[in-house]
Amino acid sequence: MKEQETMTSKTNRHEQLGLTDGQVLDMYKYMVLARKFDERNLLLQRAGKINFHVSGIGQEACQVAAAFALDREKDYFLPYYRDYGFVMAVGMTPRELMLSAFAKAEDPNSGGRQMPGHFGSKRLRIVTGSSPVTTQVPHAVGIALAAKMQKKDFVTFVTFGEGSSNQGDFHEGCNFAGVHKLPVILMCENNQYAISVPIHKQLSGKVSDRALGYGFPGIRVDGNDALAVYAAVKEARERAIRGEGPTLIESMMYRLSPHSTSDNDLAYRTKEEVEENWKKDGVVRFKNYLIDCGLWDEARDQDLIAQLNLEIKEATESADNAPFPKPEDTLLHVYASDEGGAQAWR
Amino acid sequence: MAVMEYIDAIRLAMKEEMQRDESVFVLGEDVGVKGGVFTTTKGLMEQFGEMRVMDTPLSESAIAGVAIGAAMYGMKPIAEMQYSDFMLPATNQIISEAAKIRYRSNNDWSCPVVIRAPIGGGIFGGLYHSQCPESIFVGTPGLKIVAPFSAYDAKGLLKAAVRDPDPVLFFENKKCYKLIKGEVPDDDYVVPIGKANLLREGADITVIGYSQPLHFVMQAAEELEKEEGITAHVLDLRTLQPLDQQAIMDAARQTGKVLIVHEDNKTGGVGAEVAAIIAEHCLYDLDAPIMRLCGPDVPAMPISPPMEKFFMLNKDKVKESMRQLALY
Repeated sequence: MKEQETMTSKTNRHEQLGLTDGQVLDMYKYMVLARKFDERNLLLQRAGKINFHVSGIGQEACQVAAAFALDREKDYFLPYYRDYGFVMAVGMTPRELMLSAFAKAEDPNSGGRQMPGHFGSKRLRIVTGSSPVTTQVPHAVGIALAAKMQKKDFVTFVTFGEGSSNQGDFHEGCNFAGVHKLPVILMCENNQYAISVPIHKQLSGKVSDRALGYGFPGIRVDGNDALAVYAAVKEARERAIRGEGPTLIESMMYRLSPHSTSDNDLAYRTKEEVEENWKKDGVVRFKNYLIDCGLWDEARDQDLIAQLNLEIKEATESADNAPFPKPEDTLLHVYASDEGGAQAWR
Repeated sequence: MAVMEYIDAIRLAMKEEMQRDESVFVLGEDVGVKGGVFTTTKGLMEQFGEMRVMDTPLSESAIAGVAIGAAMYGMKPIAEMQYSDFMLPATNQIISEAAKIRYRSNNDWSCPVVIRAPIGGGIFGGLYHSQCPESIFVGTPGLKIVAPFSAYDAKGLLKAAVRDPDPVLFFENKKCYKLIKGEVPDDDYVVPIGKANLLREGADITVIGYSQPLHFVMQAAEELEKEEGITAHVLDLRTLQPLDQQAIMDAARQTGKVLIVHEDNKTGGVGAEVAAIIAEHCLYDLDAPIMRLCGPDVPAMPISPPMEKFFMLNKDKVKESMRQLALY
């Protein structure tokens, strides 16, 4: 399995990958939006305004880059719970995500039923997900099977953590996809921790090497290098569309935040370790790349942050003021035919 | 109208639904070239091709999970679990995923998957080819669960399951496959999910059950009427979830004496819920305590013939329970 080189040169790499200046600037905006959205949610939880937040800080650059390498009008997405950057980049708005954080009726993900981070939107082809990890991998394979059966030219893209790659559903899904050469891209966001358990207690090899056993390519990329992730996902999509089957991408990164708002991460890792990894932050790295390319500067960065913070503030106020679901709506949507509520079956 | 075996009725339902709707497909272990270990899918691959009658890896959670994914996209998969005993690796996909997809997405996504699984013993299958796992799934809202006892119901319920917008578990009884024959119309009919079926009217006792043991109940009822003048009112639940509460209450009130019969073990079985419904709604209509005749509370059925015989229900056991209830 090849290890992609980390970016050291300051040459313009994005044009070589077919990305315009406008697109890389858009990518950066989504990264910063996701970061600021995440930070706001942590504050809102600490302030007692929302119940819970599970953070994706440190993973945004990879998530946004992957989204830009896909066909956001066509492909099906099965993100995991840290993928705020990803779902924003495929079209979910801060207001929609805030409605979920506040568990309000208009939340398009679940109508206020699920914890935040459990994304879903048929409109955006974001497939509804659950909390038992990696159950979405066979679903991604099943949707890819439908694409093959119906001769449609879309792919499915599914993400999960490195801890999750130990679950049976990961392996069963990979094997099925490999046997039938299905158009699915599996991306592991390897952030080094499964809650408190570090990578050396989860894995004795590389996640990417697991692809070998399923008969398709597995590659490892630097997840803090947005353009490397973009290149890997783009190539995987081209393979999938050509009928060459799945690709497993292991994106290396670091979970800069605690697991969730219920976690004290300094109980199992050191402040020094976390600080060391902040220096590798993919968002800052991408910003520096744009500055080096002459596309960005600090003044514009301050303007962008101010603008995004305002957008997030408006989304927060709007969601905070939005109505909760009606209590009795708890009974709705157990089955298709229960407009009268679950009692109709009793 | 043709007389056919229960297994042929299941196959015919799949064939008709696949002809009717291109999005219907079958997947599972050995369902393709071999036509299923019981021949349930025999001939379907030849007719519909190997993509629509798909031999899968030996991997139950993937069979269920892939089917769920395809169903969310808009396909109508029929996933076969080779034996219901081997279904448990897929339980997380069925209970955490299929059952909750509509609810957790606030009606945005749905999961119209059918999962077929053979249940029941009496075939010298030992612990792991004989079980009745319905009680594991009953009580999970979001799932529909059916268990036909006749060839007619097998075809009609499977067609209804395929057309249902929600996930349906179709528990077919392997002892019925070849032993049960019946008239099955060639035309396109469905047996509605959620409706119980009154098999027999009577005045002395009510028997409520589902799947294969109902054949013992019907034989015993005939003999009891002929020999002792005891008439039994027999209700086939057909759908285990959602239960047809009205039919259960009506049947209980008909005679005031209720026997519930199933092969799944007694504790926590479907019969417990049926008994609770009757206790909640019909207590003052009862003339005798509710009785249950079920598989014993042991982990599963042993293969040794005398032990298997001890575990299984039969006509004589059912008849004796019915007589006791009538005499109460």
